[in-house]
Amino acid sequence: MLLYILKRVLSAISVVFVALVASFALFFLAPTDPAGVICGNRCTPERVADIRSSLGLDEPPAEQITGYIKGIFAGRDFTNGGTVQHCDAPCLGYSYSLGQPVTKLLAQAVPVTISVVIGAAVVYLFLGALLGTMAAQRRGSPSDKLLMGSAITINSIPYFVFALLVALYVTVLPHPQYTSFLSNPIAWAGGLVAAWLTLGVTNTASYTRYARASMIESLGQDFVRTARSKGISERRVVYRHGLRAALTPLATIFGIDLAGQLTGALFTESIFGLPGLGVLTLRAFNQYDLPVLMGCVLLGAVVLVVMNLVVDIVYTFLDPRVRLG
Amino acid sequence: MTSQTANQPRQAPVATPYLEVSDLRVTFPTPDGAVTAVRGLNYSLPLGRTLAIVGESGSGKSVSSMAVMGLHDPKSTRISGSIKVGGQEIVGMSPAALRKHRGTGAAMIFQDPQSSLHPYFTIGNQIVESYRAHHAVSKRAARERAAEMLNRVGIPNPRRRLDSYPHEFSGGMRQRAMIAMALVNDPKLLIADEPTTALDVTVQAQILDLIQDLQRDFGSAVVFITHDLGVVAQVADDVLVMYAGNAVEHGTVRQVLGAPLHPYAWGLLESLPAVSGEPAPLHPIPGSPPSLLAVPGGCPFHPRCEFRDRVPGAMCTTVAPDLVARTADPAHTSRCHLPAPDRVFASEILPRLP
Amino acid sequence: MTEPLLRLDNVAMHFRTKGDGFLARRNQTVQAVDGVDLTLAAGETLGLVGESGCGKSTTARLITRLLEPTAGRILVEGDDIAHLDERRLRPYRKEIQLIFQDPYSSLNPRHTVGAIVGTALRTHNLVEKGGELRRVQELLELVGLNPEHYKRYPHEFSGGQRQRIGIARALAARPKIIVADEPVSALDVSIQAQVMNLLESLRSELGIAFVFIAHDLGVVRHFCDRIAVMYLGRVVEEGPRDGLYDAPQHPYTQALLSAVPDVGVVRGVPPRQRIRLAGDPPSPIDPPSGCRFRTRCWKAQDICATQDPALIERAPAQQVACHFAAPPAASLVAEAV
Repeated sequence: MLLYILKRVLSAISVVFVALVASFALFFLAPTDPAGVICGNRCTPERVADIRSSLGLDEPPAEQITGYIKGIFAGRDFTNGGTVQHCDAPCLGYSYSLGQPVTKLLAQAVPVTISVVIGAAVVYLFLGALLGTMAAQRRGSPSDKLLMGSAITINSIPYFVFALLVALYVTVLPHPQYTSFLSNPIAWAGGLVAAWLTLGVTNTASYTRYARASMIESLGQDFVRTARSKGISERRVVYRHGLRAALTPLATIFGIDLAGQLTGALFTESIFGLPGLGVLTLRAFNQYDLPVLMGCVLLGAVVLVVMNLVVDIVYTFLDPRVRLG
Repeated sequence: MTSQTANQPRQAPVATPYLEVSDLRVTFPTPDGAVTAVRGLNYSLPLGRTLAIVGESGSGKSVSSMAVMGLHDPKSTRISGSIKVGGQEIVGMSPAALRKHRGTGAAMIFQDPQSSLHPYFTIGNQIVESYRAHHAVSKRAARERAAEMLNRVGIPNPRRRLDSYPHEFSGGMRQRAMIAMALVNDPKLLIADEPTTALDVTVQAQILDLIQDLQRDFGSAVVFITHDLGVVAQVADDVLVMYAGNAVEHGTVRQVLGAPLHPYAWGLLESLPAVSGEPAPLHPIPGSPPSLLAVPGGCPFHPRCEFRDRVPGAMCTTVAPDLVARTADPAHTSRCHLPAPDRVFASEILPRLP
Repeated sequence: MTEPLLRLDNVAMHFRTKGDGFLARRNQTVQAVDGVDLTLAAGETLGLVGESGCGKSTTARLITRLLEPTAGRILVEGDDIAHLDERRLRPYRKEIQLIFQDPYSSLNPRHTVGAIVGTALRTHNLVEKGGELRRVQELLELVGLNPEHYKRYPHEFSGGQRQRIGIARALAARPKIIVADEPVSALDVSIQAQVMNLLESLRSELGIAFVFIAHDLGVVRHFCDRIAVMYLGRVVEEGPRDGLYDAPQHPYTQALLSAVPDVGVVRGVPPRQRIRLAGDPPSPIDPPSGCRFRTRCWKAQDICATQDPALIERAPAQQVACHFAAPPAASLVAEAV
């Protein structure tokens, strides 16, 4: 198991490295000169040269990448129009448009996104599994049809429309804003509850459908019949024997979804004004803030790789037949 | 090495039957319409005896046994008639009473032990759950009991094997564990639904021996559902042959397999290639079993019966025969109009068998 | 000696597994088939019997070259087809056809019966233009189906009828060999006998040689001239039907035959000597050294663990791979009553 994890971490590092080099090549070595784009309309050759040197674009590509990687482990200095900015390790570059190291920007945005995403996940995992199980148990009944109808309706509304509707009309909820959990847990929860509900409800609709399909399959299995023949309560048959087996496929979907959301719940963050990764990425994209964009891509790669590993490890706990090794 | 087979059937005890099924009908809704899978079944079984229920797919053998266990979904299944287990009526029983019945009154083992055990729970965990569902005991005591049961069904190192998962067991061991789980609450009725069909033949022999051995020890009644007449010959005291949802022949194993009275039973015997004796050509029953959505009128077997021309008039196509004694032996019953079936068997069928 | 129609010469199939599940990456070798020699003469029926993991189905897939063996030769009328590529294999594919166990999943549900049977005709250019339908109907009639039903889909047929469609498809290529892998085990008893009788009449009318694989020893005895008993990837005994069933010499064959419950005992057919093996067959991933059966054998001695017994002729045409091969003691047969 340990050896396996070590192997996986090594392969993860190589995946992240490839992502790093590929995105570096795409952004910094692209035929369009990023400095020109950043400089804008009223631009002088001197200013372009200035930007180029501040981004390190005047150096050969290989040196640019080694400089970047060195920065991650040892930190580096940036010169911008004569002033020297020191950027501590792990340094992912320096955002001139925001005047801050990328690491710091990410460190501010990550807790916001994690708070939004994990809180919503609690809502949709719990509700989805519960409603899906109930629907599967009553398959074909009016309540099943009502539940499935609502789920499909919610899923067919574009997410940003749904989120906007919640933001505009559900006014009983506390005003959405981000407060650090460490400084004030109650304010933290209060400010996020609207986002949780919005992201949670739409995902509940999907997860109810997944859980229902998975449960229908699971309840048709021979071992569920065996469980019933033992004389245990129906609730135990459904939840302990049926749902337990139905969770494994859900875990796979959840792993992929969670990884996607952790790289930025863009609509949720921007509609509720929460300064998370999605908002940061979008801003960087619009302003051609390359260092920040690079940082977001790199973080995304790390999240994906880590989530994959986590899902695989979780699998071994869910299904004893699966062995890592 | 000694041989203990059912060739010396024990005398039927005079005691009242433990399992009594009367006029049982089971109807399900299907997309093509309501299907009555069991249509007026009657049989009874005392403690200490094994009844084999034989039939092909769709004969109602499994459906009727699921009804005895109370395993049909009450929301969609219509059950009428009566099923008495140890004097208690199962049909119309409250869900709570049914739960108590399952496991303590009757227990069941299934065809495929691989899919019938939960893949995510240890063997011990699953047996303990069964025991604690009916006994208010500590986990430790239940584990002790589970280990004892595993030992009884011939699993070596039972205490250690309690913590194994089903996939760590071989096919035969899994079926042994299923049997241990079924018997942990000491039920007086064991229903075995094709328990050896998924197993290799050398392992099947072990499991059949085990079931017979346990029955002698526990003195329980066993309903053994199978399509394999060889297995029937080895394990059964009594045999019930089912066709299209009802019994067509009932008697002791010697009567039903040795001198059967129903043309369907003859057809089954003549369809079976033997492993010993003089090889004989197979003489299969023509056609296929009827769809339960359209069971033929009169005798349901008449479209496939080679003997219907010997019955006077249009009896076979119009009058459903009753399950009655057709010979001097009142304990051997058959549902057929054919006159003197014992003589037909002796003169025409027996010479063709291997 | 002339080359037989089919000869397997020391054929082996070792699968390298990555374990089951995409996470288990421990490499293991499953010796599914390990050094099998078999021959099949024209018009002959060879039965392969054995329990799960014995390699009988893998052998079927090797003969039909759905698998490429890891060692050995597969000779069809003297030509080695063991490693031919798909293009050069084509003429041999026509000669060797396969009938599957499951009549439900082996027919494409979206194709009509006419299309299913006709595909084989077209693939091997066996009919001229316009003659296809007539030939399809001939084949359907040959297997006992209504020739007018060629437009129907597989789901409109019963299990036994679907197996007949599978047989018609195999016959379409006019093969010399049909490999039948458990062709009747998914069918009800009465239907099973119908299909057995059909196969028998086809064999005698068309002179096709069969490799007939089944776990049901009664079915194999009924259908086959010669039978090979397999255990953990090896042939342990092989011989003519009567010799093998009446005087089996390998302990495993004896145990296997003893384990089959026989309905005849009720009518007074004398039962076989009672032998009960302990446990299940071991895994072919790590088979026992020497004789593979030794772990379950009551005759096993030290030599069995060290020396792999060769397949030696012990009775006319009956070959046995056992250091202590002997027919069952007559006294034991009588005792077990």
